[in-house]
Amino acid sequence: MRFRTKAAAALVLAAAFYLVARRASAPGRPASARRPAPDFTAVDLAGRTLALSDYKGKVVLLDFWATWCEPCRTEVPAFVELQKKYGAQGLQVLGISLDEDARPVRGFYARFHMNYPVALGDAKLAESFGGILGLPVAFLIGRDGRIEAKYAGRTGAAVFERDVRALLGRRAARH
Amino acid sequence: MRIHLRILAAVMTLAAAVLVPGARAQRADAGKSAEPSLIQPSELAKLLLSPKGDKPLVIQVGFHVLYEQAHIPGSEYIGPASEDKALSRLRERVKALPRGAFIVLYCGCCPWIRCPNVKPAYAGLRALGFKNVKVLWIADNFGADWVDKGYPVAKGR
Repeated sequence: MRFRTKAAAALVLAAAFYLVARRASAPGRPASARRPAPDFTAVDLAGRTLALSDYKGKVVLLDFWATWCEPCRTEVPAFVELQKKYGAQGLQVLGISLDEDARPVRGFYARFHMNYPVALGDAKLAESFGGILGLPVAFLIGRDGRIEAKYAGRTGAAVFERDVRALLGRRAARH
Repeated sequence: MRIHLRILAAVMTLAAAVLVPGARAQRADAGKSAEPSLIQPSELAKLLLSPKGDKPLVIQVGFHVLYEQAHIPGSEYIGPASEDKALSRLRERVKALPRGAFIVLYCGCCPWIRCPNVKPAYAGLRALGFKNVKVLWIADNFGADWVDKGYPVAKGR
């Protein structure tokens, strides 16, 4: 009996940990439950102005990060791969660095062969997304411009890919 | 049947330990082996809200966008102490303080065991001879472990 209780507790604990560890609201909720992503403009490292609304019609993976943030750094290669693999299908990764200035970000961008736009963010932008009070935080935004999922803390590449593929696979007519 | 249950339990327990970043075992180990002297959020909040007692100098050694959105009232921003320029600012800030000054450092960027900022800041102050330095224990991030817990928060530069 004692062992069965322990086994049952381990199963429940494992299930609970799995749900918490996902740290994402899964995509696929109805439009009424998904708020529009706030539009913003920012200047990327190349000096170009980008606006989130420029990417309507694409699936956007918006990543708040910083060069000195270890969990953030470990996610970047996965984002580079996703952009390479799914860019032609309509994925656009965007990075918002919360570094104090652009210099370390430029160096990091080159070293990690980043292949998506990166701009410096500020408190106003962070607050428009509900507050960025820890890093990394990423948002998956559907083709209709609505937020599909939020990932707080380091998230596995497989989770991002699964959710990106799910959105890319939706019929364009729905959006 | 009993063997299958045992195997399943072992796999689930192992999977649980692996799945959760900053799992309890890691946090406990970090707490035991970490050099910094820690202060829990509840403890610091109580200290700050109490009308009695000496208040520490609270210094945020994380990122400015976080500080602007939410910081511990009265805390000062120094910057990410993983960077030399922030460490220099920290040394400059404390140089005139008595070595027994009560100082609390915090960051809150990410789980404490992965934070690149608090340990260099702590080490820097200890190297300068400060003996009464504590680091705020942030298990996940400032949002989850301070703001969401209802502890006092200020905004702005």
